[in-house]
Amino acid sequence: MAAEGHSPLAQFEIKTLIPLQLGDFDVSYTNSALFMSLTLILVTLFLILGVRRRALVPGRWQSMAEISYEFVSNLLRDTVGNEGRKYFPFVFSLFMFILFGNMLGMIPYSFTFTSHVIVTFAMALTVFVGVTILGFVKHGIHFFSFFVPPGVSIILWPLMIPIEVISYLSRPISLAVRLFANLTAGHTMLKVFAGFVVSLGIVGGFLPFAFVVALTGLELLIAFLQAYVFTILTCFYINDAIHLH
Amino acid sequence: MTEQNKSSSVQDLNARLKRARRDAESTAAGPNSKRYSRHGLGLAMRLGVEIVSALVIGVGIGLLIDYWLGTKPWFMLLFFVFGSVAGFFNVYRVTTGIGQSVGYRRNNDDNK
Repeated sequence: MAAEGHSPLAQFEIKTLIPLQLGDFDVSYTNSALFMSLTLILVTLFLILGVRRRALVPGRWQSMAEISYEFVSNLLRDTVGNEGRKYFPFVFSLFMFILFGNMLGMIPYSFTFTSHVIVTFAMALTVFVGVTILGFVKHGIHFFSFFVPPGVSIILWPLMIPIEVISYLSRPISLAVRLFANLTAGHTMLKVFAGFVVSLGIVGGFLPFAFVVALTGLELLIAFLQAYVFTILTCFYINDAIHLH
Repeated sequence: MTEQNKSSSVQDLNARLKRARRDAESTAAGPNSKRYSRHGLGLAMRLGVEIVSALVIGVGIGLLIDYWLGTKPWFMLLFFVFGSVAGFFNVYRVTTGIGQSVGYRRNNDDNK
């Protein structure tokens, strides 16, 4: 990889597979879209085939499907409570999509679509807009009381309200940037160390090679953790929208 | 006799089911249990980004207002300060477990 003068960032390049044009927009089917479709198919197969036998005593596969269901279900129940049940399909799809996307990206030569900020930002914005609409539907105009911290005197309101509004608006950005930055940084680091293995040759290459192995383990952890963080923050935001202070 | 027995056992079962369901709900209803809010590594991952994103939003709003009103640097500077304060508040909230909510209520207050 690095030996032929490829940069460690070459893995993030978007390649057009099937060029498409819709009006003024370029809607080509790219490798990013390919891996998204692949993720979607894999998640669907994993869950549908996993629970196909509906055994009372689950086998390995069914147990994995059930564990992922229960994990998200408990997460949602612990953060939002029983009112959160309605949003389970959304939260679960989000979690599985990000998790499988991250994990697919760990396979060598594959493409990690979560390492593109536009993808993560689109997901974060969906969550943000959805939660804001949810808050308005549940509480109407009373939703604005969200930005007025309780127990703060009126004199401080002009100071506090902009701060709270900024704090609220920063949510989608922090949500998107966190996922994207972790994935991009990790994958770049992997490629850089892998490049060292090649350039140091057989004698010196063992140390960076050991690093690559360790980093791969770390990256697997991060791939899961970032899906988890994205999901739990979504749960927190739903909780905020449902239970205003 | 047997019919009466049956109906009473059904009622009994009904009552027990209801009780079990209520118990499950009350244990489950506590939003934001400690187990998840204090998940160490997940927590650490969130801190850095909080400050930066609040700053970005603050400066962005400032620049927009400046662009509309033609008051070149002033609103940007003001909102830079607001943004950094908001960033620090975010970090403070995450670390002290007040939760992600805007405001200062502890998350588990509302089920008491």
